[in-house]
Amino acid sequence: MTIRGFKNHPYIPNSVPEIEDEMLKEIGLNSIEELHEDVPDEIKLKENLNFPEALGSEYELKRHIEGILNKNKNCLENLNFLGAGCWQHYVPAICDEINGRGEFLTAYGGEPYNDFGRFQALFEYQSLVAELVDMEVVNVPTMDWTQAAATAISMASRVVGKKQVLVPRLMDREKLMAIKNYCEPVLEIVEVDYDKKTGCMCMDDLKKKISDKTAAVYFENPSYLGFIEVNGHKISDIAHELGALSVVGVDPISLGVIAPPPSYGANIVCGDLQPLGVHMNYGGGQSGFMATMDEEKYVMEFPSRLFGIASTNVEGEYGFGDVAYDRTSFGNYRENGKEYVGTQSALWGITAGVYLATMGPKGMEEVGQTIMQKSQYAVRRLNELDNINGSYFDSVFFKEFVVDFSKTGKSVKEVNKALLEKGIFGGKDLSEDFPELGQCALYCVTEVHTKTDIDKLITALEEIVL
Amino acid sequence: MLKKNKDYRVMKKIGLIINPIAGMGGSVGLKGTDGLAHEALRLGSIPKALDKAKVFIEKISGLENLVEIVTCSGDMGENALKKYNFNARIIYFPRSENTTSSDTVEAARIMKNEDVDLLVFTGGDGTAKNIYEGAGESTTAIGIPAGVKIHSSVFAKTPGRAGELAKLFIEGKTTLTKEAEVLDIDECEYRKGNVNTRLFGYLTVPVERKFMQNKKAPSLKSEKSQQYEIANEVIRDMLEDEYYIIGPGSTTRAIMEILGLKNTLIGVDLIYNKKLIENDLSENQILKYISSSPAKIIITPTGGQGYLLGRGNQQISDKVVKTVGKDNIIIIATKDKIANLKGEPLLLDTGSNETDEMLKGYAKIITGFRETVIYKINS
Amino acid sequence: MKKIDRSCKVRKNFHQAKWDEAIIFELSQKGERGILVPKAETKISEKVGDGISKLPKNMKRKTVLNLPEMSQNRVLRHYTRLSQETLGADVNVEIGQGTCTVKYSPKINDQLSRIPKMAELHPLQDESTVQGILQIMYETDLYLREVSGMDRITFQPGGGSQGVFTMASLVYAYYKEKGEENQRNEIITTIYSHPSDAAAPHVKGYKIVYIHPDENGYPDFEAFKAAVSDKTAAFFVANPEDTGVYNKNILKFTKLVHEHGGLCGYDQANANGLLGVTRAKEAGFDMCFFNLHKTFSTPHGCGGPAVGATGVLKHIEKYLPAPLVDYDGEKYYLNYEITNNPYSVGKIRSFNGVAQVVLKAYAWIRSLGPEGLYQVAKTAVLNNNYLFKKLMELPYVDAPYIKGKQRVEQVRYTLEKLYNETGVSTADVQRRMMDFGMHYWQSHHPYYIPEPMTLEPTETPSKADLDEYIETLKFIFNEAYTNPEIVKTAPHQSVCHYIDESGMDDPEKWAVTWRSYQKKFK
Repeated sequence: MTIRGFKNHPYIPNSVPEIEDEMLKEIGLNSIEELHEDVPDEIKLKENLNFPEALGSEYELKRHIEGILNKNKNCLENLNFLGAGCWQHYVPAICDEINGRGEFLTAYGGEPYNDFGRFQALFEYQSLVAELVDMEVVNVPTMDWTQAAATAISMASRVVGKKQVLVPRLMDREKLMAIKNYCEPVLEIVEVDYDKKTGCMCMDDLKKKISDKTAAVYFENPSYLGFIEVNGHKISDIAHELGALSVVGVDPISLGVIAPPPSYGANIVCGDLQPLGVHMNYGGGQSGFMATMDEEKYVMEFPSRLFGIASTNVEGEYGFGDVAYDRTSFGNYRENGKEYVGTQSALWGITAGVYLATMGPKGMEEVGQTIMQKSQYAVRRLNELDNINGSYFDSVFFKEFVVDFSKTGKSVKEVNKALLEKGIFGGKDLSEDFPELGQCALYCVTEVHTKTDIDKLITALEEIVL
Repeated sequence: MLKKNKDYRVMKKIGLIINPIAGMGGSVGLKGTDGLAHEALRLGSIPKALDKAKVFIEKISGLENLVEIVTCSGDMGENALKKYNFNARIIYFPRSENTTSSDTVEAARIMKNEDVDLLVFTGGDGTAKNIYEGAGESTTAIGIPAGVKIHSSVFAKTPGRAGELAKLFIEGKTTLTKEAEVLDIDECEYRKGNVNTRLFGYLTVPVERKFMQNKKAPSLKSEKSQQYEIANEVIRDMLEDEYYIIGPGSTTRAIMEILGLKNTLIGVDLIYNKKLIENDLSENQILKYISSSPAKIIITPTGGQGYLLGRGNQQISDKVVKTVGKDNIIIIATKDKIANLKGEPLLLDTGSNETDEMLKGYAKIITGFRETVIYKINS
Repeated sequence: MKKIDRSCKVRKNFHQAKWDEAIIFELSQKGERGILVPKAETKISEKVGDGISKLPKNMKRKTVLNLPEMSQNRVLRHYTRLSQETLGADVNVEIGQGTCTVKYSPKINDQLSRIPKMAELHPLQDESTVQGILQIMYETDLYLREVSGMDRITFQPGGGSQGVFTMASLVYAYYKEKGEENQRNEIITTIYSHPSDAAAPHVKGYKIVYIHPDENGYPDFEAFKAAVSDKTAAFFVANPEDTGVYNKNILKFTKLVHEHGGLCGYDQANANGLLGVTRAKEAGFDMCFFNLHKTFSTPHGCGGPAVGATGVLKHIEKYLPAPLVDYDGEKYYLNYEITNNPYSVGKIRSFNGVAQVVLKAYAWIRSLGPEGLYQVAKTAVLNNNYLFKKLMELPYVDAPYIKGKQRVEQVRYTLEKLYNETGVSTADVQRRMMDFGMHYWQSHHPYYIPEPMTLEPTETPSKADLDEYIETLKFIFNEAYTNPEIVKTAPHQSVCHYIDESGMDDPEKWAVTWRSYQKKFK
């Protein structure tokens, strides 16, 4: 067998043999095999790679892939109550329209002149999210909330020059795992226990664990398990007293009704943009952001790009550029392990901007309220069922809540299997991550759920647990 | 924290000093004009500094509303401004038509006292040295190249470029500055064919914020920040009860600044257990200290040519190097400085072939926080 | 009317779309709505009330959000205009995005990624409901194993730099298990590898040792020998490097590292010119990563979402982040077993990575097959060397290293001569290119090659595109000698004019958000 190319491929204009020959001649070669002269023979492949031949046409490709994807059962065909870091919200058509524009989809490393629109759209996204979280500086998006939290924690550590970070015990275990991997071996992560009744951070344990070695206290609001961290202010105060920063993760879609973190003392805010107009994409819609006040000590610690507004040499014309591009860590030369930037998730930043502009102040307030009403309704209805506790913790929650099935004699796994048979995706099984909670599941109800949907869940559960 | 112009004054005060005889030695083969102006004139050299200053002024014409110029009388400034409508004031009058280096020093001192935003001077390395002597390192300056020897990095590439940079500065389009080396060679030696560069000090020069920076990845940190990072690396690994011989330069100076020690920028200092022993030591003084006690040398190559030893740090002689030992030499440099070498190896000129041979090969250079470069050294 | 002359290959009459669009906050009109939100049904509100009264007082938003109030069509128009002011690869000939491999992203792939059977999947759905996407991920894993020679691929990393970070994490985990994580604290890289090859390991606490090239542009092996020791944890390198020079002695390098007990990680950001030609495994690497958004065309999306698919040989597999996708002969499933050990890096990114990007890479591979991938590499290299030859014929263009020899996927040129003779810098030429609907990228910092210009044509442009690009560059070089001011003051035909970036470094002037801008510039 020998090695072969693919002539006249529609994606490769110069694979046309005549043109290929002409170009080869121009550079003094006879065949494409003479290219790659510096690659030693001993590591050159002698045969084509061993996987299936190309599909015959674009039509066949489409049929083939649609065929595979049709094996999926999605959240439109089924009734979905999964959340836990990726949430089903309504994506306004205009969001898809804009992020599907080829100009945005295929842009990358241009400058503020030829990629002006990209710069403006991302500057606007920064500005819109800043309004939402009540901060003054927001970065061009990072990978996801997980990355944003890890980076926010690292920033805090550099700002105050300390190495220990406190996090709530009741946080997403996978997120914590990734944060630990990101911070190890430079930072030490310590978990703070929770109040058994409310789920909120245990103030006594916090006071016990915090010290003058602590760089930051990280907590989320709403928390991973949905409840509101009512002690936000106290946590921030305790942190500040010992010279630590308060770093708060938020679900941005809650901020039309819930107080923005700086109002309870947050120094750095982070979170995920996916709820703001991005489809779940099997987890591919995640996109992280960080936000701070416009103080040099914070701005200089952002590893990400920050797009700033500028004037040009034409009166009345906007321009854009990179703020503090030669960013340095003046406060703490010794410890500044430099973080990296690169391709992250900019398109979702633009999309989040479109979402916020479309929703406006009224829309954000309404969506927050609707979500709270519907999720409260779901818990009320769940509580009506024997042996099911609609909300394990007695805190107020936003869109997610911990449903306790322990008394039903069935495991969450069994319940979810039965629900699936009825076309319902039950909440995330928490029994492995938090065994002390028993057979609990994290349910998510948003504006996409109707009363009928929720009632359908109740009826189904009634049938399953009785 | 980023250095800024004085309060964003709308009107900028520009000082202009022309060394009218700069560059005259070159055309008549004198390798510099220091102390030889009359000889140069006699040999038929024509002063060009004035013309070069005019190229500069042409570039900033049109900014008359933004600029007040303070200058010297006659060919030291005044004459270059004729035909222009700048608001100009003469604040220095040389004693004689045949100006000397002391006129440059004195004019620079007055300019500094006048609190100029920018001191523009025309000349060569000798002139830069005089400006530094008069105005000190905190004065922001731009050199218009007109001399025979242009080794100092305070000079713009051409008079036109100096004008373009000054224009950006005047219009407030650049607010960044950096320190640039003032180098000069001993002209007596140079005329004999020996190149003996000395670092005299630093002047502050404006930096054009490079437009279109290709921001796909983080850029380098500022030079100052890199120097501090390097210094912290060095300090972290400092051993007790050993002498540290700190060579000249702004990269090594950062070590002294962090330790809070007085330092001589262009001389050699000695520290022990992070305390200052003595500033500005001679070879013999160094040898006296290290004869019976372990020591390390911390040096940085000269910008441009990349001399590690033998240029500007002759006090760290081959005897000192031999006494300290090859393994006790710590080399530090910013990445920019290494990039400026364009792949050329670092050079040695200790005066001893044996020592040069001993040191050549590949060495580790500390370039930042937990960061080193393996780099070639030639003798 | 007369016959129109289009013989000139340079688009002299180009002008990019310019809408002079306001900032979105300036477009707000009180009371306008962009979309209506589904309200809770009456029966729900009867049962639970307004929902928000339950919030503790201190957790209630008290101020009205300052978001713009706009009707939907105005939002759409605003953003459509901004998109038109963006010169993505769909509209311009992307020859100049050296190191970024910006190529054609087939429309069908994007369409497929948007269908609800992909877009509306929750990552925690039961395995039985996501067999389609799991199959795609599993098979893409198999294909990339074949492309690289590695034994297993993870799709978790969300980009190239996170791919490097994953490699650094794997290296750390590998030595942690051996108890050598403190001793082996150095990672060696080269100055022409991507800066992330140093910056990402830095985050993981590693010391970085840089190697410079020798006079031919290959990493200096003598320097490398001086660098490798029992402190060496790994060697992370791109090959070809950003200069387009392929290190033909790569086996010597990887062998030396292995002799000293270190690992080798391959930054395959520049893999496009090597597909089906040579592989990471044969070159002696233990691990590698591919940028699916680059090499596999998925596209760049203004900077993500993306995937830095990371591959490892068997002995590194158990340290990978979980889960991996596997197939038991009947069904696809998420495998947590392989990495279920205390030394696994655990998790790099939320959930299972950016699945829709994997899907697009899958579609791309399936549309090309093994022969197509080989053709991609060959044509990309052919295009690059054609461009290289034509540009080197120009007196003001040069490219350091291996004179007269081929480059692989890209070339870093220098315009130093042009700059010295005319004062026109590479930045000026770069901006001027925009006046003809084109653009290029210079280089990472610092500029080891002065006045750099890095071009990477990929397999996408046609010969006519390449010729137009060359003609445009020539046109501008000529202007540099005849009318330098027009180049220095460029762009003139792009979206905006020369930007005053002086405020960007000044805390009193920079403004990252509209509210900051309002505050600072009253």
